[in-house]
Amino acid sequence: MPVVKSYKDAEALTLTVVAEFAAPVERVWQVWEDPRLLERWWGPPGWPATFERHEFVVGGRCAYYMTGPGGERSRGWWRITAIEPPRRLEFDDGFADESGEPQLEGTVIHGVVTLEPQETGTRMTIVCRFDDAAAMEQMLAMGMEEGITQSAGQIDDLLG
Amino acid sequence: MAASAGVTYNQMVVRELSDADADRIFHALADATRRDIIARVAREGLSVSALAQHYPMSFAAVQKHVAVLHRAGLVHKERRGREQVVQARPATLRRAIELLEAYERIWRQRVDGIDRLLAEE
Repeated sequence: MPVVKSYKDAEALTLTVVAEFAAPVERVWQVWEDPRLLERWWGPPGWPATFERHEFVVGGRCAYYMTGPGGERSRGWWRITAIEPPRRLEFDDGFADESGEPQLEGTVIHGVVTLEPQETGTRMTIVCRFDDAAAMEQMLAMGMEEGITQSAGQIDDLLG
Repeated sequence: MAASAGVTYNQMVVRELSDADADRIFHALADATRRDIIARVAREGLSVSALAQHYPMSFAAVQKHVAVLHRAGLVHKERRGREQVVQARPATLRRAIELLEAYERIWRQRVDGIDRLLAEE
């Protein structure tokens, strides 16, 4: 069970997820650092991500799109605000328009990823903070559907 | 074929999730004592023992009612010293929790994806 705990603070609009992986810190860092690995897990099932730009330095920009089952594309961007390989990554994550430019009025999620070595592998803590509830609504107009699709997948697995 | 099955599953899961939430809320509000508790804690936060003085029942019974309201997301509890203070949760806060829960599902799926990727090599 990779997720060991999660914590939701409704007043601070913050979600914390703690996961443990049976792999060393350097390998877990790679799944963030290497865009070819990152795109294999960032998008939800049925929406694979493609990173067209991935500047893994402070102030660096990343640009990606996710391709839906009908070929539709949903674009997003990151801006790296702090980075300390292989332990810590801070970035802002938001939607982009069709040309890949950030939607300035859009949702921004502030993410902090921390990796800590453990006896059996790595503990990854992700803290995600939303600016306001309206931003969360907007993000989840799509995200809700993704989460639900995933639950559906689990049901599928159980039935299969 | 696969796509249409996917839609059916989605619709089923959406319905189940919202039905489960609605069931908890309606069940919580289907009891006169619990409705009265909500009305009291909407005005000010009250400890379970302060609440218990208003009803001809045991402290434990009042605590159970509070637990049902808490599970439905209608009140939140806060520890102040030795007491648990119960307060009505505003609708905006309830909505924020629902949204955070949905976002949590996305992250759980990402974590599973990372786990699968790491197991591959």
